[in-house]
Amino acid sequence: MTLATGKVGIICCSGEDLAEGTISRVATRLVLEKLRPDQTVTLCLPLFLAGGEDERAFARVFPTIAVDGCSKKCAEAGTKKYSGKPVATILVSEVMKKYPHLKVKSRERLEPQEMELATKVAEEIAKTVDEILCKTAKK
Amino acid sequence: MENHKVVVVPCSGIGKSLGTVGRVATYKIIERMKPEKTRTVCLALLTMGDADALKLVRKNPCIAVDGCPAQCSKKNIEASIGKLAHNVVVTDFLRKNRSLKPEGVIELNDQGDKLAEIIAKAVSEKVDEILHEEKCE
Repeated sequence: MTLATGKVGIICCSGEDLAEGTISRVATRLVLEKLRPDQTVTLCLPLFLAGGEDERAFARVFPTIAVDGCSKKCAEAGTKKYSGKPVATILVSEVMKKYPHLKVKSRERLEPQEMELATKVAEEIAKTVDEILCKTAKK
Repeated sequence: MENHKVVVVPCSGIGKSLGTVGRVATYKIIERMKPEKTRTVCLALLTMGDADALKLVRKNPCIAVDGCPAQCSKKNIEASIGKLAHNVVVTDFLRKNRSLKPEGVIELNDQGDKLAEIIAKAVSEKVDEILHEEKCE
């Protein structure tokens, strides 16, 4: 199987029990809907287990970025286990360290501060998408 | 007898608003309607076979809240040999409430929120039933 050109896959942990999981999901959607809509695709992480071979081929078809809420890194580990090794991992808890004034509490609806953090994470994802596409274009 | 909580497990649906409806319904239950009787767990942790997550779903009754017929939450609980006590799918509620059109993944629209409220009430009733049955056993 060969890598698809021009698209980068993004798999987020979605961690439903943690506010950081919500940040990972919203940041991913911001990239898909607003920042890089034509260059990115996604898949629900649990579909690796619940779905079929098409879903499990995801990271072999697309160079993939894992977006994880916490240090357990479920998106990175799950993608590697079921599909293929992600090209890069972005950890929400690491991005948060750069912006200590942005506090995260809500799992349901993001407050302005939390949305600002999600936007920062989305910008990091978009930057990584550009780097991956630049490298694959050079090959 | 040990006091169990019902573990409400929404799917991680990210492609459509259906997953968001399921998650919002779950937060309504665990944070507002039944905070003392319920909790949740990250579905990705179950998918990865995390020891604490496995222990939680094997010890406590679980309700899967899935967005679409792929039913990732239900299938992951079953694959984890968890105690699946009940499951709901957002699309089933959508069929019974055709006037409601959920939209938005980043932020759910008002109609989606209303649908989430309907699902949350139905699941909350089921939580009471499940815990009552456990007490009687």
